[in-house]
Amino acid sequence: MEPFHNVASIVTPLDMVNVDTDQIVPKQFLKLVQKSGFGKFLFFNWRFDENENPKTDFVLNDSKYQGSKILITGDNFGCGSSREHAVWALQDYGFSVVIAPSFADIFFSNCFKNGLLPISLDQKIVEFLQQETTPIHVDLEKQIIKTNSKEIPFEINFHKKKILLEGLDDIAQTFQLEDKITEFEKNSTIPSVL
Amino acid sequence: MNIVEKILARASGKSSVSPDDVIFANVDKVMMHDVSGPGVIKVFDKLKKQGISVDKLWDPTKVWVAEDHFVPSAEKISAENIVQLSKFTKKYGIEKHFKYGMGQYGICHTLSHEEALVMPGDVYVGGDSHTNTTGALGAFACGLGHTDIAYVLLNGRIWFKVPETIYFKINGKLPDHVMAKDVILKIIGDIGNDGGAYRTMQFGGSCIDEMSVESRLTLCNMTTEAGAKNGIVEPDQKVVDYLSSRGATNVPMIKGDTDSEYAKIFEYESSEMEPIVAKPFSPDNITIVREAPNVELDKSYIGSCTGAKYEDLEAAAKILKGRKVKIRTEILPAAISIYQKAMENGLLKIFLDAGATVGPPTCGACCGAHMGVLAKDEICISTTNRNFPGRMGHIESQTYLSSPMVAAASAVTGKITDPRDL
Repeated sequence: MEPFHNVASIVTPLDMVNVDTDQIVPKQFLKLVQKSGFGKFLFFNWRFDENENPKTDFVLNDSKYQGSKILITGDNFGCGSSREHAVWALQDYGFSVVIAPSFADIFFSNCFKNGLLPISLDQKIVEFLQQETTPIHVDLEKQIIKTNSKEIPFEINFHKKKILLEGLDDIAQTFQLEDKITEFEKNSTIPSVL
Repeated sequence: MNIVEKILARASGKSSVSPDDVIFANVDKVMMHDVSGPGVIKVFDKLKKQGISVDKLWDPTKVWVAEDHFVPSAEKISAENIVQLSKFTKKYGIEKHFKYGMGQYGICHTLSHEEALVMPGDVYVGGDSHTNTTGALGAFACGLGHTDIAYVLLNGRIWFKVPETIYFKINGKLPDHVMAKDVILKIIGDIGNDGGAYRTMQFGGSCIDEMSVESRLTLCNMTTEAGAKNGIVEPDQKVVDYLSSRGATNVPMIKGDTDSEYAKIFEYESSEMEPIVAKPFSPDNITIVREAPNVELDKSYIGSCTGAKYEDLEAAAKILKGRKVKIRTEILPAAISIYQKAMENGLLKIFLDAGATVGPPTCGACCGAHMGVLAKDEICISTTNRNFPGRMGHIESQTYLSSPMVAAASAVTGKITDPRDL
C-alpha cells in the first residue's frame, strides 16, 4: 500500500445518496480473470450507454472534472455488497479521497486496507464543498480541508490515520510485530473458543 | 453483558467487553465464495510480492467455500473463475468446498445453516455482506472485505470494535400470511438503510420465541440492508434441534445476561403487521401490499438466501397449489438439500403444475448475474434482499421486494397482490 499524500484537486460532485457497491462496480466485472485495472468499470452503468459510449450527462464524463482526485457524495456511500473491488475501482480511476456525510461499514473499513481516505463531514459542509469549483486541499496530517475561503477540520481515528500516512495496511503492520506475536502466543492463556 | 458482548469477550479472552472497545477476536469459521475467493487470491498475490508468506492457512478445517454467484457458468470467464477457486482450495487443503453439481451445494449463507457449519457463540466471518444471516443461530456473524478475509485466513483473528446493540422486541403472534420478511421490511422502512449502521440488531420477544429458525434467518439476513454490523437472535432449544437434525453434536448454548444493556429498544406488536413490499430502488422504500402501485409485473422470482429456504418454498406452494401463474415465475431453492426436500414433499410438482419454472440453487438473478436477469423497463417481484438500480439486471429495470407468499400471490395475478386477497 502506498503512503497517502496530501491532495490538491477540484472536486467531483456526485449528488446521490445510498450509492451501493454495485453502482460503483457492477457485478459483471467481479470475475478473477479480468486482471486489468478496475477504474474503467467505475460507475460503469452510469458512465456508459448500452453501446459503451460515454453518457454526456454523467458527472465523470464532464471534461471539467477530468483528473479530479476527490469525490464528494451523499449519505451511506458504499452500501450493499462487501466487494472490495469498489475501493479498487475508485482508486484505479484516480480518486484518493471520498467525502460524504456517512459511509457503509464494510466499504469504510475496506478503504483503509487500500489507502483510500474516506472523510465523513456534516451534511451542510458536504453541500458547501460540492459547490466548490476551485481546487481544494486535503491535508491528512493536519486533518484539515482548505478551500479558497475556509479551513474545515475533519475527524479520523488516530490508528487509521497512521495506517494511511505510513502506507501500512493492517496485515503489513501486524507482520512487523511478528516476533512479539509469536512470543506472546507461546505464553498466552487465551482459551480457544467453544 | 448482552449476547454479542459475551461472544466477543470470550473470543478475545477478556472477562468483559463494552460497546466501542476494540478487541482482537479469535475467529471460529470463515467463508468465501466465487466472488470473494478470487478477491482473496488477488490479496494473497499482493502480499506475496511484499515478501509476506502466504504458503499456508491458519486452519483450513475452519474454512469453507461455496460456489454460488456465477454457477452454473454462463460464459467462459465464469467457468475459469471456478477453476481458479478450485486450484486455491486444493492448494491450501480446504476440504469443505461445495461444488456446483457435486452433491450438496448452494448459496453460501444457506449452507451455513443447512450444513450446520456455524454454532451458537461462534465468531463467524464471511466474504459477503449477507453473512449476517447466520446470526440467527446465535453466532456473531458479519461480512468482511477481501483484505480482511485474507488476514483471517492467515492468522485466525481479526479486530472488531464491539458494536452497540439495538434491540427489536416483537410481541405476539404474526397474522396468517404475514412472514418474517414482512417484519424485517417494516423494520428497515422504520429505521432506514443506515439505521443499523455499525450496530448489532438483535431480535427478541414472544413473536421471535415462537418463530422458526428459518424465519429468524430471514430477519438477520436483511439486517445488512439496514447497514448493521450483524444481526442476532439468542439461541434456544429450536436452534439446538435444528442443528442437531443436520448432524451437529454437542451444540453449545449461550445467552445474554438478564441485565443485558441495549443502546435502544424498539417494540412492535405482531398483530399490527401486514404484508409489505419495498418499492424500487431501496429496501427502506416500503408500503403495505394493499397500497402498492398498480403495476403490471413481468416476473416473479422466488430465490436467494433471503427467500428460498424450505419454509419459503412451502409458503409459496401453499399459495400456488391448484392455481396458475400469469407471469414468468422462477423458483430457485437455495441449496440442493432444500431442492431435494421440496421434491420429496411434492412442492416441485405444485410449482410445475402452476406453470412456474424450477431452477438450480444459485445466487443467479438476485444479484443480476445470470439465470433470468431483467430487461430494460421490466418489473419483477422478488423474495430477494436488494432492489437498488440494476440489481437484478438492466439499470432501468425495477424490483419490488416481498415475502414468498406475496411473490407467489403476485405471480398468480400479475399484479402486486396481498395473499389474503386471492
